[in-house]
Amino acid sequence: MNHPSHSESSDRSASRGSKWRWLHRFGSPAWMYGFSGRWAPRFAVVSAILFVIGLYQGLVIAPPDYQMGDSYRIIFIHVPSAWLSMFSYFVMAVAAAVGLVWRMKVADITARSIAPLGAIFTFCALVTGSLWGKPTWGTYWVWDARLTSELILLFLFIGYIALHDSFEDRRTGARASAVLAIVGVINLPIIHFSVEWWNTLHQGSTVTRLDGPTMDTSMLIPLLVMFVAFNFYFASVVLNRLRSRLLEHERKTNWVREVVHG
Amino acid sequence: MAEFFHMGGYAFFVWSSYAIVFIAFVYAFVSPLLHHQRVLTELRKSTQTERKTKVVATQSPAATPD
Repeated sequence: MNHPSHSESSDRSASRGSKWRWLHRFGSPAWMYGFSGRWAPRFAVVSAILFVIGLYQGLVIAPPDYQMGDSYRIIFIHVPSAWLSMFSYFVMAVAAAVGLVWRMKVADITARSIAPLGAIFTFCALVTGSLWGKPTWGTYWVWDARLTSELILLFLFIGYIALHDSFEDRRTGARASAVLAIVGVINLPIIHFSVEWWNTLHQGSTVTRLDGPTMDTSMLIPLLVMFVAFNFYFASVVLNRLRSRLLEHERKTNWVREVVHG
Repeated sequence: MAEFFHMGGYAFFVWSSYAIVFIAFVYAFVSPLLHHQRVLTELRKSTQTERKTKVVATQSPAATPD
């Protein structure tokens, strides 16, 4: 560390080169097709098991809230949906950016595969939030910062899909929609900090706080189990979607012919 | 059990939330699988007709095209 020699530093850069070489496989449609076929079912099984555990803990074991009674149980699907809606957008934007910069087909198809699922997570977050808002706030909807920025997220997903698919040439659509996806990232911190920056009916963060969660463990554990279940579900669905899209886009190639007849 | 479904009077809000999310998640999970099957059968069909026309063309040049 004190006196790094030249040979040491060149060794390090050489090892870094080989360490990152495996990443290139993700750029190969044929390899990605096989990879997603192997891992999507496994992720689906893990998520199904976690869903059963999380739902049982959340709906049966966890006690009612002292203020909201049993209505708070919507949290176990509302909060993971909202987190995953933002996570989906972020991953989609990164994949779209990689596709834009390095002209990587797989990255673009990945971004396009995430978009519908992201829209579904956002839709679920909005609907469950609305159904939780009625008994808690007395209204299904208010035009406040948190709710409005989450609604904009839904429009960003839909807009991305529409723009992506509105060109004859796939690459033109990929490029145009990637720019939209990247610009839309600005909405993510707005969603996250909206409950701090503006007065809102929506409650502040109870889990991702600097001083630790302010939630009882009996409620926090099922919430975290559900969050992990949602992540595995996300991975499984995106890989399956990617798989079918790869097959469709690569129909003229030899590896698809082998898949179809082999 | 009845108490569980009653959800302390919030049954409508809790169960409709869970039902909507359940339906949305099942749809999102199944639709790529169906799409994959559809693409596969489509590709099989198109390559089959491709092969058939090739066979017809090489084996019986006098055959009338259908």
